Formats: sequence, structure tokens, C-alpha cells
Amino acid sequence: VNIDKGITVQITGEIATIFAGDYLNKLSGEAIERECKRQIKAGAKKLIVNFAQTEIVNSIGVSILLGIIDAASECGAEVVFSEVKEETKELFEMLGLTNHVSIV
Amino acid sequence: MAEQNMENQQKLVHTFGALAELGSEIVQKQSFQEMMRTSLHLLLGSLAIMRGGVARYSRFGHELNMLVLRGLGEEFPLNLSLCYEDERQFLANGLYPIEVSQAKALPFFQIYDVSFEKKHIELLIPLVIRDELVGVVILGEKANGEPYSTYDKDIICAMCRHIGVGIIQRNLMAELERRAEENRKLYEELKTTYADTVKAFAAAIDCKDKYTEGHSVRVGKYSEIIARELGYSENEVEGVAVAGYLHDVGKLTVERNIINAPYRINAKESAELNKHPSVGYEILLPIQHPYTDVPLAAKYHHERLDGRGYPEGLMDNEIPYIAKIVNLADSFDAMTTDRPYKRRRPANEVIEDLQRNSGKQFAPELVTAFLNGMLKELTGENKNKRFRRLLGREYMEVEGLIPLLKKVLNDINATTGLTLVGMD
Repeated sequence: VNIDKGITVQITGEIATIFAGDYLNKLSGEAIERECKRQIKAGAKKLIVNFAQTEIVNSIGVSILLGIIDAASECGAEVVFSEVKEETKELFEMLGLTNHVSIV
Repeated sequence: MAEQNMENQQKLVHTFGALAELGSEIVQKQSFQEMMRTSLHLLLGSLAIMRGGVARYSRFGHELNMLVLRGLGEEFPLNLSLCYEDERQFLANGLYPIEVSQAKALPFFQIYDVSFEKKHIELLIPLVIRDELVGVVILGEKANGEPYSTYDKDIICAMCRHIGVGIIQRNLMAELERRAEENRKLYEELKTTYADTVKAFAAAIDCKDKYTEGHSVRVGKYSEIIARELGYSENEVEGVAVAGYLHDVGKLTVERNIINAPYRINAKESAELNKHPSVGYEILLPIQHPYTDVPLAAKYHHERLDGRGYPEGLMDNEIPYIAKIVNLADSFDAMTTDRPYKRRRPANEVIEDLQRNSGKQFAPELVTAFLNGMLKELTGENKNKRFRRLLGREYMEVEGLIPLLKKVLNDINATTGLTLVGMD
């Protein structure tokens, strides 16, 4: 478990799980993106972004998630969103994020 | 159909949420860079655009300087040169997205087309605010892979208008800051010119009197020491110093043979010489000094607390404070420099004289401030060797001066209720 500015990350082999919490919707959410990029650089092949503690995702949150998707795709890593609330899932589908990630 | 309506509604809520946030972002007082980063996030996130950037247009350099970018990689140029034709076409287009197929006709695009194509740039939005090009927003592909719809473009325009206003606000602020800085520099230059003029005047005054060469300058410096010891602000200290430099300006009108008389002057000559404070006042009054009391210091620097001074024989509270400071500095210099008819007196005698006349000629708190300044220098508490430079090292380093200063300070303080000095 790695804690950086309140961001929790769980690493199991080549899988890194990042807990989005309620940081995603602010400029400080860029720290999540930086952590994801760090994990990819460190060799993670699969990034799981966990939304269990994320009530809603706004435009800033979407932009940060797009940054994670883009960075992962450049390195051939897979991105998975987990424990996504139904409303957020609909938003991701409507915006086309689900073209790039799978939701579990 | 109902599902489609629901999706459209959700889209509206999401994009209008972003638009509302962007509006409040622009008016919030945060750093410009943070504002731009948040704005780009909101723009990209509102329509799920994979990448993009915001550039500010520099009219002087004719280039677009990237302020923020996302997903464009490290190789993307941070400064893009424009030519007049690019600017003309951007202005003609106004704040509306230009498709990349149209943008290919722009001269600048032909230079950077590889970078644009590599990053799948699809739209360029000139930030034209009040007929002025303030920047350009560049946007890549949407996450859903679909082309930009008219609805998307309208949303982008609304958001880009906010971003453009944010840039123009920043430009205006930077211009204001630049002008304020320019004004500050001008003010500093004027102050320097004023100070130089004052010093030149002081030198001119002192030229008349070969025996008291440098007197005005020294009085200025002693006055400055007193003001500093009194805890005056930097501006007030400067004002007091100027008053010291110019206190004898009236002597310019007194005949040289009276000023330079190598004997005690007679009553008639004395009456002539004693006009110099009032004449000095008349000379200084019409000048717009940055410090208001300068003419008063010239007029009343020979007044005494006990009313035995001149030209008006004012009593303690009637004498302007600045004149009391200059009076002490003037008297101290008179006692510590050679005169045609009198050698300068040793430091211990001068200090005792100041004590004797404290409350009669000099304000006690000013004598205390002045002697405190001297004591601090002698004990090394103040590293500035002002007295040594003005009076000479040998004069200041005679034995017993420190204990004498402490005793005198305590005696004055005991009679006036001021703080006592340690005698160790």
C-alpha cells in the first residue's frame, strides 16, 4: 500500500489499484493521474481505478481519467474501472470512456 | 427515443455543469496557471476530448505560447510562430472552431502540421475577444471517436469565450503591474534626482564658508541618525535628512565676509547673519518638497526650548519637531568642528554640554536618541560607523567615553522618566 497525498494504491504483482476517493473532481486530482503514470512506469500492466468512495464524477474528473487512459494506452497497459456507481457508469458510456476501459 | 432523450438530458447536465464551473473559475482569485489548468480540464472533460491545449497570443513576438496542454506529449512545440496572414485569418474567423482540414490553409499550420497530425488535432479555436486575438485553443479527438457535432462546437465556443476572457483579464492585470512598476521606477528616479539636487545645494551652501566646509552634509547625516534612533519610517528619515542638508540655505544671501569672519562678529553683522533662517524659509517654501516640514526646519532651527532662540523666540511646544532635531544636529556639528575663532571641543565636553542644555536648548528625548546612537556605535551594537566617519576615529575612541555616555544617558533619563541604560 502506497499513500501519497491521501491517495491509496494497492499493488499486486503487475496490477495496481488506485482508489479515486473524492479527489478526482478537483485540480488536486492530478495527483491520481501522476500516481497512475508512476505505476505504469514502474511496470504495472493493469490499472484498476476504484470508485467505491466516489459519489459523482465531474468534468475535471473525466479529464483526469482521460489522461490516465491516454498514458496507459501509450504503454500498452489496460485500464479497468471498478465499483462505479450506476449514474457514473452511464456518464462514462455516454462520453465514450467505455470504448477505452472496461467496467467491473 | 426515450433513452436518447435521457442521454441528451444527461449530456446537457454534464456540459452545463462544466460551463458553470468554468465561469466561476474565471472570476475566482487564484493563480492564472491554476485557472488555465482547471479550465482546460473542464473543457476536455465536458465532451470527453482526449487531448488539447490553450495558448496565449503574444502580439509582440507574433507567436502562440502554450499555457497548458494535456495529452500532447513532450515533443509538442510550446511556442508556435504566427505570421500576419494567420492572425488576419484567425480574426476573420472569430471565436468559432476551425476544422483541421480548413486549418491546413493557414501558413503556420504548414510549419507545425506534423505535430498536429501526430496528436490527432481536430479543431483550432481562435480566442477572439473584442476583435482581438488573445489566444488559440487546440483540441484532439473525442473519446467516443465521433466527429464534433454543431452542439459540441457551440459548447466549445461558450467555454472558449470564458477562457479568452480569463486570458484578457490576465493581460490587463500584467499591463497594470507593468505600469505600476514603471511608475515606481520613475518615482525612485525622481527621488534620486531630488536627493542629488539637495546634496548639490548643501555643497553650494557650504562653499560659502571655508571654515565649515561639509557642515550642511554633516547636519543632514546627524539629523538622519536622530530620526533613525527615534524609530521613524524610511520616508520620514529621508525628510529629516533633507531638512538637515538644507537648513542653512538662507546663508546663500549672507555676505561671504560675515560668514567667513575670523573673529566674533559684531551686533550688526550678527543681525545680518541671523536673518538666514527666515530667508531660508522663503527660499524653500515655494518648492514642492516630498517632505512637508523642510522649510519649517530652516526657519526654526535656531529656536530653543527655553524661548531664548531666534528668529521668533518660540517656546518648547511652539517649535516644530523637525526644527528641534536639526537644531541638535547643527549645534553638535558646531561644537565638534574647528571654527575661525574656536577649536573644536573634545567629545566628553560636547557630551556634557548636550546634557547641560538638555531641556533648555535641546529636547531631552532627542539628546537621548542621539547619544544612544553614539553609544550603540561605540559598543559595537551598531556596526555602522557613522560617527567615526564624520568625526574621525581618534576623536571618537578616547578613553572613558562609553561610561560617560551611559552616565549622561541615565542622568537625563532619570530626570525625564525615560528608560535607564545598563552601567556594567
